[in-house]
Amino acid sequence: MLTNRRLVLAHFWLAFAVFGLALLLGAWQMFARSPLNPGLGNSDWYYRSVTAHGSAMGYVFPTLIAMGFGYAITELALKRPLIGARWAWTGLVLVAVGAVVALIPVAMGLASVLYTFYPPLVGNAFYYIGVVLVVVGSWIWVALMSLNMIVWKRDNPGSPVPLAMFANVAGAYLWGWTAVGAAIEIIVLILPVAFGWRTTIDAGLSRVFFSWTLHAIVYFWLMPTYIAYYTIFPRAIGGRLYSDAMARVAFILFVVVSMPIGIHHLFADPQVGAGFKFIQSVFTAMVSLPTLITIFTICASAEIASRLRGGRGPFGWVTALPWANPIMLATAFSLLLLGFGGVGGLINMNYQFNSTIHNTQWVTGHFHLIFAGAIVIMYFAIAYDLWPHLTGRVLRTGRLATAQLWLWFTGMIVTTFPWHYVGVLGMPRRMAFYDYADPAIAGQALSVSMSVVGGVMLVTSAVLFFAVLIRGHRAERADPGVYRFAVAVHEPVRLPAALNGFALWLTLMIALTVVNYGYPVVQLLALKGNAVPAVYVGAQR
Amino acid sequence: MTSSVDHADHDQGAAVAARVERRWSIMSAGLVGLMIGVAIFAGVHRATMPQAWVETANPQTIHIAGEFVESNLGSAMEADGSVTVRAVGQQFSFTPQCLVVPADTPVTLRATSADVVHGLLITGTTVNTMLVPGYIAVLPMRFKTPGEHAMPCQEFCGLGHEGMWARVRVLDKAAFAQLAAKQRRLTCVD
Repeated sequence: MLTNRRLVLAHFWLAFAVFGLALLLGAWQMFARSPLNPGLGNSDWYYRSVTAHGSAMGYVFPTLIAMGFGYAITELALKRPLIGARWAWTGLVLVAVGAVVALIPVAMGLASVLYTFYPPLVGNAFYYIGVVLVVVGSWIWVALMSLNMIVWKRDNPGSPVPLAMFANVAGAYLWGWTAVGAAIEIIVLILPVAFGWRTTIDAGLSRVFFSWTLHAIVYFWLMPTYIAYYTIFPRAIGGRLYSDAMARVAFILFVVVSMPIGIHHLFADPQVGAGFKFIQSVFTAMVSLPTLITIFTICASAEIASRLRGGRGPFGWVTALPWANPIMLATAFSLLLLGFGGVGGLINMNYQFNSTIHNTQWVTGHFHLIFAGAIVIMYFAIAYDLWPHLTGRVLRTGRLATAQLWLWFTGMIVTTFPWHYVGVLGMPRRMAFYDYADPAIAGQALSVSMSVVGGVMLVTSAVLFFAVLIRGHRAERADPGVYRFAVAVHEPVRLPAALNGFALWLTLMIALTVVNYGYPVVQLLALKGNAVPAVYVGAQR
Repeated sequence: MTSSVDHADHDQGAAVAARVERRWSIMSAGLVGLMIGVAIFAGVHRATMPQAWVETANPQTIHIAGEFVESNLGSAMEADGSVTVRAVGQQFSFTPQCLVVPADTPVTLRATSADVVHGLLITGTTVNTMLVPGYIAVLPMRFKTPGEHAMPCQEFCGLGHEGMWARVRVLDKAAFAQLAAKQRRLTCVD
């Protein structure tokens, strides 16, 4: 039973509003840089747009989804009201205010540094202050999730923490610690320069700190999706979760190994030596394990549901799945997109392969497949699943939702596959326009145009998504019944402390990060003369 | 009777599932092991490997002294027959804007940035590196055949990033040697 419905709804609606606006910017960018744009590109507006799109989609949208979903899980899984609801509202206000404070200088063209910051480029201080406010707001959520689990465990000694809450808290801890890298970069290195107190900055060190955040942030975005795979999907299709223990192992692996791997984003950087690039490449390979475990467990859960419905044969059971159910469809699409994106990821984690596609459109294609594809499509599914419980009204999904999911899935493929292709041909990312008259690029014009078509499909899908949700607010009232998370084939009765808490895993998480980042950071701090003059965005030179 | 059959079915099903899960785990671990193995193999054989050390260069003084003064940029023939190419990236161009290199010869790229973070890639090759101000990127290269390549900046460097494209001209060995006999540093900037 949800006692703080308005809190959860406010998070979801703010998240989806930000998503809708940022999606329009993204679609415009694809058009602006394509050969379909008859005018001359305007690079100033393009980079403002990229900065806004990335900051909103990367920092605000998934954070609000994780927070809102987290509050819902706390009440639904622990079956009691959220402790600290006032603090939760404070966190939401901080995120909202932070987003506005950050995006005003971006819109004014004073902070076109992209969401990855790129010092020694330095934008208006308020952009960074806004981002920090968003992170601080989300840290309130981290503290609340931790507190709610700890208090529940104290009141229920020896009982297994419900899987949904366990995974939710795993995501909170992961984010709490991984955000520290970017926070150090902004507060210690960038802000003093943005305020004009210092005029030089170590660009290499900044990149190392940012990489600490840059990779694991994707797993933070991924957490609500994985929680939905494990705790919503099996129930929604009328089956059972194959293994509760393996689910916990997967979430624990994310907490432990998703941080000390970010240097794979710096494979081509000169300020980190080969040794730590190799070590972090190996850890990156390991982070594919929780995903491979997940693929097995979720497919096995689907098979259980299908056989309960009378599915037969080694592959025939797939046809007996309830394909009209939007959660079924979304999960299948999500896993497919995760498969494509995951294979791309296995390529990127390898220094040798990476050198072919580093910083090309391939990378844009890769993370859009993972984030905008596999992850966001499950955000839609989560909303469809929770909406009747949030509004107390009927949510008619039906053909509209099916069409919406199909459009998003195909739109994502039509957008990202051509990106991968031109990336292999060497098209650099993040350029406001390309000279398609140049024979070196002319052959890529068709592929870039195809991506624009994909963008239009995605915008159409988002319109349908909003239509379904808004209709849900106007439908007749109905009691949605008790909300249930998926039940495992063998529900845990007693769990070892390692699968029921995080003390050991948080120690490992912090220790591994310190080991894998300690040396590169200390080495750069010890170097002399590597601080370089800041280049202020918009300054007259 | 029925319930005991169900039970036997369930046990059999559970055993099948456990077996499949074990195979899947082995395959997963094997896949990860294989990927790491390939990386080690390629690294050890120096097919490709990141630079092993960190070198610094002060962007405020590189134009006054040191290896990145303008007169020293471009391709230089080394005593051992290899070629060293020195280049600088700045908002929004490379110096030199056209690199000339011999085919089928070991070439070392040494490059840095004079202002913000840039990057470069050479299309149709695996040459790809970041140029971070304050640091020197060192990259071994080898071009199989003569030809022309585009060399865009691959990292956002400010309003104008989209205009930062250079060229790489790969000459056959003899033609390059001829040019190198006449000039200390080679470029193909017309």
